Amino acid sequence: MPEGEQLKFEEALQKLEGIVRALEGEGLTLEDSLAYYQEGIRLVRLCRQRLQEVEGKLQALLVQEGEVVLKEISLPGGEGYGA
Amino acid sequence: MSGQRVLAVRELTAYLQRLIGNDGRLANVWVKGEISNLRRPVSGHLYFTLKDQVAALRCVMFQGRSRSLSLRLQDGLEVIARGQVAIYPRDGVYQLYVAEIFPAGVGMASLALQELAARLEREGLFAAERKRPLPLLPRRVGLVTSPSGAALRDMVTVSRRRFPGIDLVLAPATVQGDTAPLELARALELLGKLGGVDVIIIGRGGGSAEDLSAFNTEIVARAIYACPVPVIAAVGHETDLTLADRVADRRAPTPSAAAELAVPVKTELEERLNILAARTRRGLEHRLQMARARLERLVKSRGMARPQQELYYRQQYLDGLEQRLLASWQRHSGAREQALQLLTARLEAASPLAILSRGYAVCRRPGGGPPIRRSLEVAPGERVEVVLSQGRLQCQVEHVDGG
Repeated sequence: MPEGEQLKFEEALQKLEGIVRALEGEGLTLEDSLAYYQEGIRLVRLCRQRLQEVEGKLQALLVQEGEVVLKEISLPGGEGYGA
Repeated sequence: MSGQRVLAVRELTAYLQRLIGNDGRLANVWVKGEISNLRRPVSGHLYFTLKDQVAALRCVMFQGRSRSLSLRLQDGLEVIARGQVAIYPRDGVYQLYVAEIFPAGVGMASLALQELAARLEREGLFAAERKRPLPLLPRRVGLVTSPSGAALRDMVTVSRRRFPGIDLVLAPATVQGDTAPLELARALELLGKLGGVDVIIIGRGGGSAEDLSAFNTEIVARAIYACPVPVIAAVGHETDLTLADRVADRRAPTPSAAAELAVPVKTELEERLNILAARTRRGLEHRLQMARARLERLVKSRGMARPQQELYYRQQYLDGLEQRLLASWQRHSGAREQALQLLTARLEAASPLAILSRGYAVCRRPGGGPPIRRSLEVAPGERVEVVLSQGRLQCQVEHVDGG
């Protein structure tokens, strides 16, 4: 991901809300509002992507021979709880 | 003292005073017992005896200490007193000079805990201003709890229901027993170092006060304080807050509630995004519409319309000129024709030929020349030419009459 995409979800959402308020308000030039719109759409995509990209893994953090490792786990006797 | 010397009472007492005074442990001792024989003389000092089934201990609490005592002392009350053991020479008794007194129900562990809590509070571990906000959408949620406990199952269930896609990382730790504090602290530290973990829940299911003791340890409190990401404490219990609860950025009554704090509801976020996306689109459309309307207004305005109008005006003027030109031409040419006919008529009327046709003749010298108007212009014998309406006469003058 490019540097800009590292934006945290809530930061992106806050920026998006600011853009929407600006677009809905008065006093933007047409060029500005186009630029705002493009940025807004970019942020919407970014947020949607952030909502989709997580995988829903359930992992355990274990120390094995001094190394920290992540291991997929499922809950014992679980029914629909696993990853 | 090895020699069998006879001592004065005061000598023995002074010896015992020194002996006891040199014992560090006796300088600050905690003693538990039941109050009896409580006396409150007007001096304000408190005198009582602490006793259990086997032994009794005389106690005094001086007025300076007892004045600030919040606990209501009475016979039969089980208490824990802290103070210094010393000899009272006049009565030949040792007694406890009480500095502090607590109800025994609190227990030693609680007293130590109170001291620890006060210390951590002074250090600012519980300060409201250091509480960090929880992320709206964590990439990963760290769980510090027992891998076999109900707490883990509850947290996973709630997380999956709210946002199936969120990664959960369990850092397993036993939550009670001697090794629990160290394991909990270590698990927090590992999760903090892992990266990508945006919020951590540390907790366990409900338990008795003793079961929760690991969450009341300094090492766990400090591990939460040092954790680089926000920590939610979920140490399910109903009585006092544990130190973990007080240090944590948020606390939840149960592990399920903690998961609800940590994990957003996916559909709600999606809905919020959809609304924002729609508003973004509408915002631009609205702006474009406004811009278009403004342009229209400008185009229709007098200022913009004038050049066009001017053009029309000029065209109209030209058209007018053209028509006038045509009309005047027609008028002019018609008049000329009329004039010409008139002239022609007048010309014809004035024509000598017309006069000749009425029977007049023109006399002139032969071969042309002007008409002869007077008889004296010619002499007898001269030749003249008489022009008639039809043909000419060549004549010779015989006489000249008149003049």
